[in-house]
Amino acid sequence: MTTPEPEPLPDATGHFGRFGGRFLPEALIAPLDELTEAWRSARADDGFRGELDRMLREYAGAPSLLYDATRLSDVAGARILLKREDLNHTGAHKVRNVLGQALLTKSMGKPRVIAETGAGQHGVAAATACAYLDLECVVYMGEIDTQRQALNVVRMRMLGAEVIPVKSGSRTLKDAINEALRDWVTNVDHTHYLLGTAAGAHPFPAMVRDFCRGIGDEARAQSLELLGRLPDAACACVGGGSNAIGLFTAFVPDRDVQLWGFEPGGDGFETGRHAATITQGDVGVLHGARSFLLQDKDGQTIESHSISAGLDYPGVGPEHAYLAETGRARYRPVSDADAMAAFSLLSRTEGIIPAIESAHAVAGALDLAKELSASMSDPVILVCLSGRGDKDMDTAATWFGFAGEEGDDHE
Amino acid sequence: MSRIGDSFARVRADGRALLVGYLPAGFPSYAGCIDALRAMVDGGVELIEVGFPYSDPVMDGPTIQAAAERALAGGLRTHDVLRTVEAAAELAPTVVMTYWNPIERYGVDEFARDLAAAGGSGLITPDLIPDEAAEWVAASDEQGLDRIFLVSPSSTDRRIALTARACRGFLYAASVMGVTGARAQPSRQAAALVGRVRAATDLPVGLGLGVSNGAQAAEVAGYADAVIVGSAFVRRLLDAPDADMGVRAVEALAEDLAGGVRRELPAAPTG
Repeated sequence: MTTPEPEPLPDATGHFGRFGGRFLPEALIAPLDELTEAWRSARADDGFRGELDRMLREYAGAPSLLYDATRLSDVAGARILLKREDLNHTGAHKVRNVLGQALLTKSMGKPRVIAETGAGQHGVAAATACAYLDLECVVYMGEIDTQRQALNVVRMRMLGAEVIPVKSGSRTLKDAINEALRDWVTNVDHTHYLLGTAAGAHPFPAMVRDFCRGIGDEARAQSLELLGRLPDAACACVGGGSNAIGLFTAFVPDRDVQLWGFEPGGDGFETGRHAATITQGDVGVLHGARSFLLQDKDGQTIESHSISAGLDYPGVGPEHAYLAETGRARYRPVSDADAMAAFSLLSRTEGIIPAIESAHAVAGALDLAKELSASMSDPVILVCLSGRGDKDMDTAATWFGFAGEEGDDHE
Repeated sequence: MSRIGDSFARVRADGRALLVGYLPAGFPSYAGCIDALRAMVDGGVELIEVGFPYSDPVMDGPTIQAAAERALAGGLRTHDVLRTVEAAAELAPTVVMTYWNPIERYGVDEFARDLAAAGGSGLITPDLIPDEAAEWVAASDEQGLDRIFLVSPSSTDRRIALTARACRGFLYAASVMGVTGARAQPSRQAAALVGRVRAATDLPVGLGLGVSNGAQAAEVAGYADAVIVGSAFVRRLLDAPDADMGVRAVEALAEDLAGGVRRELPAAPTG
């Protein structure tokens, strides 16, 4: 793996331009400082890095494959490379972040981890890392989500985690984050908050980015090996934005590589039922950082909607806000319908059932393929396939009308 | 000197602590809140904190969360908060306790201007630290508003000094590591924290989080300049069978607390 170059951003106080920073109670500032320091020294510590690399290799399956998706490419009209994060242990890129933060928790001498989860994917990943590293794990999950994602609640409990249903507010992901923050401020002397995405107060956006940047570092090296050059575009879905920032970071200095983030467009803007924070939101403060968010005229958070529970969040990581504002990365919405069409297409052309989150990136790449093919010869598009779709079978069955059909397993 | 400064000067001369009472605007209703604030002041509250209900109140426990949710479900808007301040400021000096996003959304300069016009004295900002507050510092200077930032038991001495330098009016010391809500007793950390604050500043120090009765108020008044009570007032209104009984329960609690801050206690160290 390449040695990461020193990052120009965020600045010393956690700002990406006008975004980021720390908007949390003073009680958490000293713990955030402690975490920043622990993470800085861990990054510089060969022992920590070696141990994390070993865990990622031997336990999580890194580096993940870069797969030349030829049948999908035929349909798309451009060459599409899939970064197969879906093949990682636990089935998503998130294992990179949870192993990093869990190991950091150990190095800080804290025995207890708390996490928030929406669909349950980050909760399962956190519970996995805690089982592996012998840490106590408590996961906050909106009560509505515990009902929608009952199977993942069972998985977390199988892994030894305690799952606490959150009954306040909208009883979804944002309220689970609120409740985790309340737990953290109360128990911070012995507890690490293992945040699931590259958002929140400094140092979380930068720290989670760095734990996820292996996605892009690996894909960049793999592209050079496979193609002898870099791809023309790198694409990822963006909810909170951890897989996208993990992919983009290696390519940010490569000005010829276009960076594309695809946001959950839900039912469409006109319906108000979406989670396209950057393309439709406004600048504000939520969960500890200044970024784009979905809010009403009075600054109250608006509930988001996406068919993909993992993208269903009214905020977005501050570095994405910065990349969007500076134009280095571009962001577009992808509707539920387009994401599900791509979900089906990838399943049937490549035998790969993606997470619905990742299907947003595939759908966005299909549109991009048409545009790039018009302006350049033989474009290559790198897509982060951030997770696998096993968890989404109920949603898919309902969407495609498979639910309730009997007997077609004998065909 | 600001209205708040006058209030602290007066109680300091009396050798006692100031009683601060909190209620979220729009709770239990727009008018019901103002009725309850009036009862609070009749009962002895001397400084009003009007809470700005917010969708994601990370520093609040279940009691204030429930009140904020009810206020928002009732359709509360930012201008209702300002109207509540206008009514409250007729009763006693009034500050707004608010998470930051609603202020930024309204416009920091605009909110400062309208708050001052409504007779408000300043803001308590639980999720805005001085490090991020340049715009609010400028706006509050422009309008002559007080800035109340928080310190907590985890604050380093360096951060306490930095926070004290940014504050005007008083400084809010959170008694425990945790969220708002009644507790069996104020933590032992609280007096130590107030002592550390006194080493850094002459500003009055208000202590909040967990005080719910006269005995606790008396204990806190032994070392702090103000006793701040929120959840216990909200709880009275949540538990009351009807609006009138809620208002009476609020007044009774205020009387109990007002007795507490005036009670003679064995001298406690003030740092």
